[in-house]
Amino acid sequence: MGKTIAEKILSSHAGRDLKANDLAVCEVDFCFGQDGTSGLIIDSFEKLKNEKVADKSRFCMVIDHSAPSPNERVSEIHNKMRNFAAKHDLGMYDIGCGVCHQIVPEGGHVSCGDLVVGADSHTCTYGALNIFSTGMGSTDLSIILASGKTWFKVPETVKVMIDGELPKGVYSKDLILHITGDVGANGCTYKAIEFCGETIRGLSMDARLTISNMAIEVGAKAGIMDADEKTIDWLKRYSDKIPQPVASDEDAIYSEIKVYNAQEVEPMVSKPHTVDNTATVSEVEGTKVNQGYIGTCTNGRVEDLRIAADILKGRKVNSEVRFLVAPASQVVYLEAIREGIISTLIEAGAVILTPGCGPCVGTHQGVPADGEVVISTANRNFKGRMGNPNAYIYLASPATVAASMITGRITDPRSYLK
Amino acid sequence: MIIKGEVIRLTQDDDVNTDYIISGRYKFQIQDPKELAKYVFNDLEPDFIKRLAGRGIIAAGENFGCGSSREQAPLALKYAGIKAIIAKSFARIFYRNAFNLGIILIEADTEDIKDGDLIELDLDSGFLKNKSREFELKVNPLPEFMKEVVKLGSIVNYFNKYGGFKF
Repeated sequence: MGKTIAEKILSSHAGRDLKANDLAVCEVDFCFGQDGTSGLIIDSFEKLKNEKVADKSRFCMVIDHSAPSPNERVSEIHNKMRNFAAKHDLGMYDIGCGVCHQIVPEGGHVSCGDLVVGADSHTCTYGALNIFSTGMGSTDLSIILASGKTWFKVPETVKVMIDGELPKGVYSKDLILHITGDVGANGCTYKAIEFCGETIRGLSMDARLTISNMAIEVGAKAGIMDADEKTIDWLKRYSDKIPQPVASDEDAIYSEIKVYNAQEVEPMVSKPHTVDNTATVSEVEGTKVNQGYIGTCTNGRVEDLRIAADILKGRKVNSEVRFLVAPASQVVYLEAIREGIISTLIEAGAVILTPGCGPCVGTHQGVPADGEVVISTANRNFKGRMGNPNAYIYLASPATVAASMITGRITDPRSYLK
Repeated sequence: MIIKGEVIRLTQDDDVNTDYIISGRYKFQIQDPKELAKYVFNDLEPDFIKRLAGRGIIAAGENFGCGSSREQAPLALKYAGIKAIIAKSFARIFYRNAFNLGIILIEADTEDIKDGDLIELDLDSGFLKNKSREFELKVNPLPEFMKEVVKLGSIVNYFNKYGGFKF
């Protein structure tokens, strides 16, 4: 009987043949925590009898959610992480290195066919690199840290086929918002997704990572793609690991097959306060905004910044809005500087923040005021997400955010594209 | 194993996310779980803790606990006195996190479970009894491994006892 990518990767890491719904203990290739979850990883790890790290080369911590520290309480968490890393000789990416989901693959820690667990729900991002990667909580991470293993229920897989070319001004973010609106926040709970079709193959790695990043927003455990030449080239740039691509069998069993036509997708937004509350930009066009944000593990990569800079070149950010940009990592930041993207953004009126999560999760930097409207490239717009339950968050592509910064209102980016 | 308690229902039924259970800004500000527990559901309904008044069972709709992987969410619920959550479905990261901390999670049709109902859960035979409305539902009994974790109080206690996963 044929297997899905999820069944194959979990089988190879359990050392036995698995199919959907089996329970299994699997060897984990790499795992990590960030500053919102590592404090509890450390607390839990210190409660374990055998308080020893199984393999220090397979774990790291990243300070990204609230970095640099905005106050003494967060500083204490950061120091707790630094001390723990020093005590156990563990990898540590300190303030300013970037968002964990950019750093883990850029750091060369993961490759095709790997099983990766992160104490962050958007760990599903590396699915774009043909990796089974998923988010778990701090206690689960502490046990992986001590044993190198964790238990899984093998998920059923939903195949999402996307064919056709995305129209001009429509990006992978619009595509995944379109899919999220269609599938719903609960549509793939407990399941893995395989994203496939000619549209995916036509996308850059930056654009593919945006799609896998948001698999969790429909409840999925993983959002995996096939490896092709682009995947292998990307991985070889950062990692010495030999990529071992995993493909699904032709007779693999899927719980559902969903088909989309990319040509029908328009610029999209998620309206407040849920990600699946989607609309086309045309339906909300003209809505006044107070702040824009380009960055995060969803859309803080070079291509995203380049798309925004192309729209903003020679133009000015509206005087009634604040425009924040956080590159996803130092590597991204430097590349954007070399290409002149950062100068263009600053000249247009952008405020460049430290590489990291930026204002996405409401712990620092750019908390909106009561009644304010934010348009952001992040992946979540829950009430209170950016630190104020009385603010309204719209999610959109970098192009839509950039265009909206020019007018101060939600704007279709296609009017600014040559 | 039998769990009894009075039910609280939230103002929102489906897709209750972890940002609502405990907001990101509190999880960075407050490390003491007893203190964190005071802010449970604060953005969704600011008087939740007053309304909870010692009740131990939450009943909810679909996709309870969706969103981030923050373990502060089930941790704060545990310290607020929540022993069990009954929902039509759970988001998977929350499900693992809550279970790891020894909170009992039951998937069941919660349509006829109202705020204030008295509930009895029999984890061995897989029965949910609604004492206030005199009906019973058959629910999936927990797998042995999970029952053992609940009995020992947490996955950490389980791991310390067995030194690994026994299945």
